[in-house]
Amino acid sequence: MGATVTTANTTGNTWGGGNEPMGASYGKMMMWFFIVSDALTFSGFLAAYGFSRFKFIDTWPIADEVFTHFPFLHGVDAPMYYVALMTFILIFSSVTMVLAVDAGHQMKQKKVAFYMLLTIVGGLIFVGSQAWEWKNFIKGEFGAVETKGGSILQFVDKEGKRVKLADFAATLQEDRTQHKASNGIWFESEPALPTYSVAEVQAGFKAHPDLLIRTEAIYRGTDAEKKDAKLHPELNKEKHKTVLTRAESEAMLANGALVVEGANLKHNEYGSKLFADFFFFITGFHGFHVFSGVIINIIIFLNVLLGTYEKRRSYEMVEKVGLYWHFVDLVWVFVFTFFYLV
Amino acid sequence: MAHDNHAHESHTKKIWIVFGILSIVTIVEVYLGIIKPASLVMNDFLGMNLLNWIFIILTLYKAYKITWAFMHMDGEKASLRWAVVGTTVFLVLYLIFILLVEGNYVYEVFRDSTIKWNF
Repeated sequence: MGATVTTANTTGNTWGGGNEPMGASYGKMMMWFFIVSDALTFSGFLAAYGFSRFKFIDTWPIADEVFTHFPFLHGVDAPMYYVALMTFILIFSSVTMVLAVDAGHQMKQKKVAFYMLLTIVGGLIFVGSQAWEWKNFIKGEFGAVETKGGSILQFVDKEGKRVKLADFAATLQEDRTQHKASNGIWFESEPALPTYSVAEVQAGFKAHPDLLIRTEAIYRGTDAEKKDAKLHPELNKEKHKTVLTRAESEAMLANGALVVEGANLKHNEYGSKLFADFFFFITGFHGFHVFSGVIINIIIFLNVLLGTYEKRRSYEMVEKVGLYWHFVDLVWVFVFTFFYLV
Repeated sequence: MAHDNHAHESHTKKIWIVFGILSIVTIVEVYLGIIKPASLVMNDFLGMNLLNWIFIILTLYKAYKITWAFMHMDGEKASLRWAVVGTTVFLVLYLIFILLVEGNYVYEVFRDSTIKWNF
């Protein structure tokens, strides 16, 4: 491993090996350029998210209506608190990482090990939090109806507050069971059925005259929109989702083709299908980076415990894995902004 | 590698200060994101509302702090700084410019031409 640790006294010996372009050791510079390429990958994803969002700018879901959960606070509308907490956890694990690097410069083995351990714990908590966030996203909260054309209809009461399907859907005597491979003549099955059928939602909607439908479209308050008799006269607020009048709601719901609860790659109750796809893909890819970062950190942590870097008289390896770990934090800062804030 | 010159010096205090700055910036972001002041949301600058401008500027500031203080970019040579940060920033700006302009174009096609999305 002599090649990975170089000392300053070899500079000037250009052809004899140990030369350090740009004043950085081989391993560190390669980590920097790996980070450049990984940063470009992530920017590709985020820019693609931006592309799709600009393409459907009038119907894109509003993030703080989607991510509203916080552990142990059931039914409380807590936009962004949880993801802010996750951000803190990751920033804090970045701090412990840089403290480990700092302790490494002073050759304090125990301190390095301690801070590495804290970093690993922070990373694991973050990955766990992300899993919880995914669980909520996949499970959904309110449920919605998808029309034949693929747009999402959500339900609100007369104050404009969201209403769950479970709170109004009627129970009809319908006999529709999920087709499983074990029951068929051929080994085919179908995905899990939603709790309610479209007919049940429609019947329940008729029975509750206060309910209204909220579409994906974002209300801009233009003159054309103000004159539009299909839109609810009072409930619409600028830069919020459009609420329809009762008559128009009924007409719209007649187009319902599918009950959607939660999210998967094909349907989601939050609105644009691409929103869920990008959410899974980008946060998933980032979560994968955090996970591999934790694994690498564990390897380095064990090496610190074994005294490998004491023998080398250099903790540069901690510095290199630290670069990667900070990069993961850096990416999260951007994901946080573009998924949750903007 | 600046640390070679003063290998035994500890930067602990500086690290905690940067952590404080990052925390405060995050708190400000979350606070603004929750209350969404109407004066910022409803007023645009160059096609984007002021709140989003604030978010993006604060994010870039956080990214700068993480890269310079935590990743020790401040201790690297100018050539490495330019090779890493310059390349990334240039390519990312280029990519964002192309994709966002195109995305907006597709949006206008959906809006103004006969293709209708909602039925």
